[in-house]
Amino acid sequence: MTQKPDARRIAPQEGSAVVCRDVFKHFGSGQARVDVLRGVDLEVPLGRTTFLVGPSGCGKTTLISVMAGLLTSSQGNVELLGEDITKMWKGRLVDFRSRNLGFIFQQFNLIPALTASENAAVSLVVQGYTLASAKRISNQLLDKLGMAKNRDRYPNQLSGGQQQRVAIARALAHNPRIVICDEPTASLDAEAGHVVMQLLKDVASGPDRAVIVVTHDSRIYSFADFIASMLDGKILEYGPSEVLIPLLKQS
Amino acid sequence: MLLIALKMLFYDKAKFLGLVLGVAFSTLLINQQMGIFLGLLNRAGAIIADIPEADIWVMDPGVKNLDTIFPLRDTELGRVRGVDGVKWAVPLFKSVATIRTNNGSLESSTLIGIDDASLIGLPQTIVMGDVRDLKRPDAVAIGKDGFSKVWRDEEPALWKTVELNDRRAVVVAIVKDSPKFTSSITFFTRYSQALQYTNNGRNQMSFILAKSDGVKSAEEVAKEIRKRTGLLALTSQAYRDKAIQYVVDNTGIPVSFGTVIALGVIVGISVVALMFNLFVLENLRHFAVLKAIGTRNRRLVCMVFVQSLVVGFVGYSVGLCGAACFFEFAGRNPNFTGFFLPWQIAIISGGVAAGIISLASLLAMRRLLFVDSGLVFRG
Repeated sequence: MTQKPDARRIAPQEGSAVVCRDVFKHFGSGQARVDVLRGVDLEVPLGRTTFLVGPSGCGKTTLISVMAGLLTSSQGNVELLGEDITKMWKGRLVDFRSRNLGFIFQQFNLIPALTASENAAVSLVVQGYTLASAKRISNQLLDKLGMAKNRDRYPNQLSGGQQQRVAIARALAHNPRIVICDEPTASLDAEAGHVVMQLLKDVASGPDRAVIVVTHDSRIYSFADFIASMLDGKILEYGPSEVLIPLLKQS
Repeated sequence: MLLIALKMLFYDKAKFLGLVLGVAFSTLLINQQMGIFLGLLNRAGAIIADIPEADIWVMDPGVKNLDTIFPLRDTELGRVRGVDGVKWAVPLFKSVATIRTNNGSLESSTLIGIDDASLIGLPQTIVMGDVRDLKRPDAVAIGKDGFSKVWRDEEPALWKTVELNDRRAVVVAIVKDSPKFTSSITFFTRYSQALQYTNNGRNQMSFILAKSDGVKSAEEVAKEIRKRTGLLALTSQAYRDKAIQYVVDNTGIPVSFGTVIALGVIVGISVVALMFNLFVLENLRHFAVLKAIGTRNRRLVCMVFVQSLVVGFVGYSVGLCGAACFFEFAGRNPNFTGFFLPWQIAIISGGVAAGIISLASLLAMRRLLFVDSGLVFRG
């Protein structure tokens, strides 16, 4: 049942959010050179939640950084929503990213000087909204995420789960088509982790959207539609979660 | 984005205060030290500034400043008066006299002997009294600040007596004079009276004050006096510049003040650069987040620029207010009169503050521009 890492065999009918073709990435040079990605082929479908799993140091974070255009690949192509970002001019890539990508980080990365409402509004402000109008939009999202009473609190006044909800609101406020999450439940307990994943699934999913989650947390595998397992800079296995989860648990 | 930048700046109040104080410290030091320095230089030419009626000063060719004086013969006055272009010429005597203050201590004072007939040489502003009373025996006028040094804690009053070189002197007028470089107590009396106070005989004229007739310029008349008499004749401005230049060239004052100002600037740059760098470093992850979610570098630069602008403006304002307060309150002390804060210094210090904050923000921006936005994914 396990499929080899041939991207073209995955989700052909749904359209692709991300397509990676033979992506290599190395850091340093000479003897200090470290090859982190060694020929990654992966197609992330729209309308689905895809998990990237694997041991520490296997290249998951580097892969999502390359997918998001935060790092440039040493070799290979990356297409986001049909556009090859490896050939994109830097300024256009930044605009493209601000319109189409949302990020959720392990450390939340909320700005401590801003309230929950202002933090959630940042992604809209980046697009040119005034802070006041951006807050009106982000407040609706915060209400939807159960944060209505905490809008005016600062990050240090919020629990980990609440901070992650603000981070989700920030990632989704500008209505991106791809949401990239890096260990979104790593700083949360099991219950809060499940709540956050459920919220993410409810709010971020849609037929023309994709959610990519990098995680170590096997407790949340059930939220995945597809799982790509990585090892030593390569995709080891990739397939529907109902197939991959038993195999991952065995291994 | 700029509002977000300001919120980030004001959030860490201790750091914001440190940044502001760094700029304020430099601004205060530059203004205060330069103000005192200029005040001291002005003192070097204070007597000249107090006698605006005379536009030419005639003296022995060996005179370099206002304190080292070689007396002129009385006959030189007639020779100067005879030079073409001279409207009038009067003698001026300058010496040092010892006085006894109301608490019994001895103080050094400056004694100025002015023309007996015209009283040219007396400062323009009369605070109290009638200058015609200077014609009385033993009559002197005293500078306002000098009065408060001789009669401490007493309100200015006339007809008070003082021992001037062990001779009786009666204060008949109080004038507003500029503070001098060496002594803040100055007495003005008639030329003939001044000679009695100093027990000097004839040929004791320190300077000859002259006025050009308006047909020829002061420079031309001074040149003519030099040619005809062999004495050194300078316009008021030229003599004032010469006296100031003497202080600059022959005292350690410029080096001393320059060193303090340089240290202020260096400390300011160091503190502000360090703290601003630290501020950006602490917020680097947040700037990286903004970069990752689509903020262009030029907007990040704008954010840092606005932050530095606010720090510079607030710090400069605080420093300038501090310097203004210093001169306002210190000016009430007779020892500090004449020190002031010229607008030119305020502008110069503004430029220095802008330089400090620009340098600090440029160093910080270097980090910002090259921040790896992939940093956001690292734990």
